[in-house]
Amino acid sequence: MHELSIAYNIVKIASAAAAEAGADEISAVHLRIGALAGVVADALRFSFAIAAEGTPLANAELMIEEVPVTVFCPTCNTEVTLPNPRLFRCPQCNQPSGQIVHGRELELVALETP
Amino acid sequence: MSYEAKRLIEIRQGVLSKNDQLAAELRSRFHAAGVFVVNLLSSPGAGKTSLLEATMRALLAEYRVAALVGDLATDNDARRLARSGGLVRQIQTGDMCHLEADIVARHLEGWDLNELDLLFIENVGNLVCPSGYDLGEATRVVLLSTTEGEDKPLKYPSTFATADAVLLTKMDLAEPVGFDRAMAEENIRAVNPLAPIIATSARHEGGLDEWLVWLRERFKAQRG
Repeated sequence: MHELSIAYNIVKIASAAAAEAGADEISAVHLRIGALAGVVADALRFSFAIAAEGTPLANAELMIEEVPVTVFCPTCNTEVTLPNPRLFRCPQCNQPSGQIVHGRELELVALETP
Repeated sequence: MSYEAKRLIEIRQGVLSKNDQLAAELRSRFHAAGVFVVNLLSSPGAGKTSLLEATMRALLAEYRVAALVGDLATDNDARRLARSGGLVRQIQTGDMCHLEADIVARHLEGWDLNELDLLFIENVGNLVCPSGYDLGEATRVVLLSTTEGEDKPLKYPSTFATADAVLLTKMDLAEPVGFDRAMAEENIRAVNPLAPIIATSARHEGGLDEWLVWLRERFKAQRG
């Protein structure tokens, strides 16, 4: 359960950004989380509620955009999105491709004020 | 301030960017000192410590070897590893289920990296949490033991997909536990078509030969 430590990281970065922007309340936190980031969204929401207590983020909602796995397919010479993160095969040519381009993201994109 | 209209504050920063930055600094230090660093990941009980003990023993005549051993509690693993004769330091993580770059950096204090050739970092036994944390390693090795299910790679793709090599451990137990090696390899291949799959047995003479060959090759490749 490393989601709690991730939640504390989010609160730390977001609190600093909110303070810098002069915002004393945040209503939403936008995140991008890759399918291979090893983060469970529900566990993160639960952890975030704990980590955000007593901060300007206490009432903020986590808005999570899931990033699918994208690999580079050497056969097709292009980036392709995997329909299934448990099968690293190019959906176009069906050849194995393991060069991960996207899907490991864990990014704090933006904050919203009420 | 609180009465102003709703607005968006852009951040666009990796949540683990501080760790990534520290890991990049560690990687530069390791590179400058010529140390080849291996991050070992697996579930608890997959045989990281046994593999490491036998690996260090086998390499000590040739190389200056050290290990950092992550664990929630106890220093049993470090005491076991110290028997190999290598330099060993325990990292007790308390409640943390993974290692982070700053913990690694702190536990390197007092060691002269220039006096080392290989450094193994035994991560906390866990197939989920450690995968997102770069430790500055040159290579990430994931273990799958024959006593686990063959479908572990499909259950934990974030760890297996990012491995540079996958070791099948406890091969000496493959038969008694009915390990289906072809199935395990197929599942590893499904999430990681590129990493070499290396069968090992830490208990048997010659059981690490293929792994040691791979390690030496990678070490030499880094040294250039």
